[in-house]
Amino acid sequence: MTILLSVQGVTKRFGGLQALTRVTFDLPQGQILGLIGPNGAGKTTLFNTINGVYVPDEGRTMFRGKDVTGKKSYELSRMGMARTHQIVRPLNDLTVLENVMAGACFGRENHPLDAAEKIAKEVLSFVGLNARSSQLAGSLNVAQKKRLEMARALAAKPYLLLLDEVLAGLNPSEIDGMVQTVLNIREQGITIIMIEHVMKAVMNVSDRIIVLDYGHQIAEGSPEEVVNNPKVVEAYLGDTRMVKHLVREA
Amino acid sequence: MKTRFDLGFWLVLVAIAVIAFPPILGQNAALREKTFTILLAIVMASSLNIIMGYTGYVSFGHVVFYGLGGYMGMYLVDNFAAPLPLAVLAGGIISGALAFLLGKAILRLRGAYFALVTIGINEAVRTFVSNFQPFGAATGIELQFAVYKPYGGPAQALWFVYYSVVGLAIFGVVFSYWLKKSKFGLALMTIREDEDAAEVLGIFTPDAKTWAFVFSAILPGMLGALFFFKNGNVEPSDAFRLGFSIESLVMIMLGGQGTVLGPILGALSYQQLRGALLTSDIVIGAFPLKDFQLVISGVLLLLIVLFIPSGFVGWLRQRIPQLRRVLE
Ligand SMILES: Nc1ncnc2c1ncn2[C@@H]1O[C@H](COP(=O)(O)OP(=O)(O)OP(=O)(O)O)[C@@H](O)[C@H]1O
Ligand SMILES: [Mg+2]
Repeated sequence: MTILLSVQGVTKRFGGLQALTRVTFDLPQGQILGLIGPNGAGKTTLFNTINGVYVPDEGRTMFRGKDVTGKKSYELSRMGMARTHQIVRPLNDLTVLENVMAGACFGRENHPLDAAEKIAKEVLSFVGLNARSSQLAGSLNVAQKKRLEMARALAAKPYLLLLDEVLAGLNPSEIDGMVQTVLNIREQGITIIMIEHVMKAVMNVSDRIIVLDYGHQIAEGSPEEVVNNPKVVEAYLGDTRMVKHLVREA
Repeated sequence: MKTRFDLGFWLVLVAIAVIAFPPILGQNAALREKTFTILLAIVMASSLNIIMGYTGYVSFGHVVFYGLGGYMGMYLVDNFAAPLPLAVLAGGIISGALAFLLGKAILRLRGAYFALVTIGINEAVRTFVSNFQPFGAATGIELQFAVYKPYGGPAQALWFVYYSVVGLAIFGVVFSYWLKKSKFGLALMTIREDEDAAEVLGIFTPDAKTWAFVFSAILPGMLGALFFFKNGNVEPSDAFRLGFSIESLVMIMLGGQGTVLGPILGALSYQQLRGALLTSDIVIGAFPLKDFQLVISGVLLLLIVLFIPSGFVGWLRQRIPQLRRVLE
């Protein structure tokens, strides 16, 4: 199995706050890795250090066999990393189609406009937004904006896709649709790391799970192993509802 | 996006033609002078629009490129009897070069910080030029009458200058349109909408912004060379007049920033208004109000920002989505 991404002892501090402490894992190509943990655990920060928004204070990241520590996010995008944002970032004054074209134009394949438009249309129908393509992105509702984030990332044809809470704020039927979309993406051979609070979904979809708590990697393994890990139950103890979820779904 | 040069393109070209041709057809010198200022404003506003409207960076001291280009052109004409086209080209090159050198450093700054720094740069360049002997220091450069000879005398030179500004205006709006419809234009608008998202999408933002700045600086530099050649002399206070920057900004806001047609309509209506104010000799107390148009600018800017922040063309586009395909 080839390792697509290797995170080695990554540490990130914000002033006195230790947001990530020596996070280490290897991600084989084609897998879905679930990243869970309580609020403020450092999940989004880990994404930001993987895709070059932040430079880690210690540690290294390797992507497709190259050391990419300290590379800018636009360089990593060109190398085949794409992501969605937890708080959606649509390009409000551009159309939905133009938003997705931006993904295809400047991502890994660096297409000219015409080719980008073609890809954008395909991706938009893949995520079920094609009816909206000439609408301004700012006029979409939350669920649609989440899909737009996804479409924009996919249009780049990435090797690695980082999904930050794409299910948050969606209703149950929207969640089912989105989960199906994630599975379809994996079918295409794209490797995924998925941050998620919706436990049922992340447990079903992930090949492997990493649990972060206060920046520490407290557990790692298959979904079953993780929910049976006493440390994980403890980390979620403040959130009894979550523990119940975990236990029930195990 | 397949049809790059569609209805919207012809619309901006027709707009320029309707503005620019009457003086030529009638060989009317008075109308030519009035139209010259309108075309000048159109070129300035359309250029500033590239960095401000497309990219989202308000270059408040943009007149620095106009002034520097003007000085460069005048220097070459005065000292080496350079032909006007060459002087104009040199004006564009030096302004583009200045933008390139400044770009990487100052385009890291966002929002008000960037705007402030551009004002500082304009002041710095003005101070430098005021002390720079080859550019005539504080007194500036005054052209000899003889420089107009090759053009058939001053009267004919004025026509030559006019044709040149028409050429710049046509080039300016075609370039503006093409840029907006290009892949690079999409990068700039992505930066305007969300610069952090743009980086994550793979846009090399420092490079993109720098080139946007260069593109927005070249035509003002050429324009400056043209204007001061016509004017016959250049001084620091005329070349680097911050008021001109502010006026261009108002024109863009008025017409609609980020659109191609907006700066054209904005420049046209602002210059008309300004002309009306200048001819009506406004006097308050015993004093004629100098630069009264700047007062109007300020009030206008306030009203636009409060009530139609997307400007006239932007407002139309929002109101009538079908127009979006036509009004670029
Ligand atoms: N740019 C920043 N500057 C300072 N502190 C930050 C910054 N970004 C994140 N933090 C802090 O780092 C910690 C981890 O935040 P992060 O957003 O990574 O958590 P998370 O696991 O994604 O949480 P959530 O589930 O709520 O999204 C938090 O305490 C947060 O306040
Ligand atoms: Mg988060």
